[in-house]
Amino acid sequence: MEWVSGLLASEPSSSNFFTYIFISLPLLSVVLGFVTYAILAERKVLGYIQLRYGPNRTGGKFGLLQTVADVLKLLIKEDTRPKQADRPLFWLAPIIAFVPSFMVLSAIPFTESVVFANFGVGLLYFIAVSGLTTIGILTAGWASNNKYALMGGMRSAAQMISYEIPLLMSLVGVVLFSGSMNLIEIVEQQQYVPYILVQPIGFIIFVIAATAELNRIPFDLPEAESELIAGYHVEYSGFRFAFFMLAEYVYLFAMSALITVLFLGGWQPIPGLGFIPDFVWFAIKFSIVVYMFMWIRATWPRLRADQLMEFGWKILLPAAMANIFLSAIVKELFF
Amino acid sequence: MIRTEEMLLNVGPQHPSTHGVFRLVVKVDGEIIKEATPVIGYLHRGTEKLAEDLQYTQIIPYTDRMDYLSAMTNNYVICHAVETLMDLEVPERAEYLRIIAMELGRIASHLVWYGTYLMDIGTTSPFLYAFREREMIINLLNELCGARLTFNYMRIGGVKWDAPEGWIDKVREFIPYMREQLDGYHEFVTGNEIFLNRVKGVGQYTQEEAIQYSLSGANLRCTGIAYDLRKAEPYSIYHRFEFDIPVGETGDAWARYQCRMAEMAESLKILEQAVEQFPEDGKIMGKVPRIIKPPKGEVYVRIESPRGEIGCYIASEGKKTPYRLKFRRPSFYNLQILPKLLEGENMANLIAILGGVDIVLGEVDG
Repeated sequence: MEWVSGLLASEPSSSNFFTYIFISLPLLSVVLGFVTYAILAERKVLGYIQLRYGPNRTGGKFGLLQTVADVLKLLIKEDTRPKQADRPLFWLAPIIAFVPSFMVLSAIPFTESVVFANFGVGLLYFIAVSGLTTIGILTAGWASNNKYALMGGMRSAAQMISYEIPLLMSLVGVVLFSGSMNLIEIVEQQQYVPYILVQPIGFIIFVIAATAELNRIPFDLPEAESELIAGYHVEYSGFRFAFFMLAEYVYLFAMSALITVLFLGGWQPIPGLGFIPDFVWFAIKFSIVVYMFMWIRATWPRLRADQLMEFGWKILLPAAMANIFLSAIVKELFF
Repeated sequence: MIRTEEMLLNVGPQHPSTHGVFRLVVKVDGEIIKEATPVIGYLHRGTEKLAEDLQYTQIIPYTDRMDYLSAMTNNYVICHAVETLMDLEVPERAEYLRIIAMELGRIASHLVWYGTYLMDIGTTSPFLYAFREREMIINLLNELCGARLTFNYMRIGGVKWDAPEGWIDKVREFIPYMREQLDGYHEFVTGNEIFLNRVKGVGQYTQEEAIQYSLSGANLRCTGIAYDLRKAEPYSIYHRFEFDIPVGETGDAWARYQCRMAEMAESLKILEQAVEQFPEDGKIMGKVPRIIKPPKGEVYVRIESPRGEIGCYIASEGKKTPYRLKFRRPSFYNLQILPKLLEGENMANLIAILGGVDIVLGEVDG
């Protein structure tokens, strides 16, 4: 998209401001559409694994409108706020949590042409911005003036510090091999061999760290239902709560897309099946990753906070470092 | 300057993991628990006091509401106490029906524990699997006595209803099915590395401590003491059955998990034998006077409920109502070790320990 780059380079004015708004709307609707049906899919997958049906009334046999109905319900719910809450922070927290989740989407190349911002350092941008959400969660935990929420917020901060580092380290191998941080170039490098085969250790570390970043089971400590009830968003209701949920699912979308791009070869077809359009390939790989996250959620228990720390610092980090070392040697010897 | 402060945290009475209206006041430093004080009594209904104005048969429905996850054993303990006091003979068929009902109840109760415990640990799926099987048991008991939870099935001197036609066969079919599912549970959960990490070494106590705190049931057996009243003081017709007492070694949540899982398998063994030996016909009620008036005296009987040793003490003055009735409610006794176990643990372990004790609040509060 040549003209997007041109637009990015142009002087700020009211006309290109509106252009920005309008060209981002399709992406927004795609993502919201995804979130709507990802929630439904998750509930269906969970239902399938847990001997239930999942949503099956609203919107026909498959509950197609269930999420829409849920969102509507959240919209018309009373927006409650604890009396002792820190008002400005309470108001700000869902926004801080939610905005970065949309910001990271701009860097993801869905196909060769459908990419909204082709950065030189797309990968770094993604990781850096996604780290911001934790501040929103911490803010929510603090501002709610609720003990459970505070504990959830604290856990979230500790978790982010422990897992952001291995997350980033596991990607160094990919960067070493591709010689670029540009996500499009990384995909193009995987034309014949996806990086999951070249970087298996990096892939595993990344998936584990990404699960922790997504606050999903087995790393859902900030909102641990059975201990902290709902953790950081226990005091939120209505649409503010919906913002947190939305951020969570948008991140699921973004992380799965990133895994697809970095390790599964993005839109690159399996050799010999090039006649299938590239966005279909992306969608297939992406769906597999999303399904994997749902599957994990349905079957695994939750880690304990101290085990989480231990795992992050004592296992993941050294493994990620060893992976960098190994990748550098392999690259030097064979490429 | 960094200053830390202890925080007073109310866990419950409306907390999803306290399994009812149980309240724990914990002082936490960060996530580390400094002190935990259980507050109970939110579900106190004064069963024992009410019983003083009730005829013996009228007390039975009240016992259903104590340990509502295995109401059959509660039914049994009061009937057994009155029968012992009056020296009543219970017909064989009734005894077998009681055993089958109680053992089915034990499995159902352990299934609830299994499901909810794993939910506490953080995974929801096993709960739904456990409840599928529990539903089958409840349907069986429903066919037997017309109730799903508060059975009110046993009577002094026998049982209220005979087994409907084909019921015994249904129980017989259920046994191999349940065995298969039990293997499935083990496959699903037992080997899971995260689960093992969550339960191994959590809430550990020694044999001496277990005895000092008067623990019973799986909470006692997990330390390696093979004490089960079905073997130690066989009541009813338990002496006719072959079964083992599963014991743990380590005395932690992991051992308690293993004990309860093994107990389900042992209950299936008992059921299998009971169904084989089940008498073709016979009476279900013994010769009981129309108005039950036990002679003057005292009696204490105790049996093994899924949660431990449930006892019933009756002081009779020869009237239609007891002078004093007292239940030894195992959940209440098992709960007493909780403050000691929780000290120095973190929040996640609080839930893992509390869940491992297996309390039923209806029973704790009486």
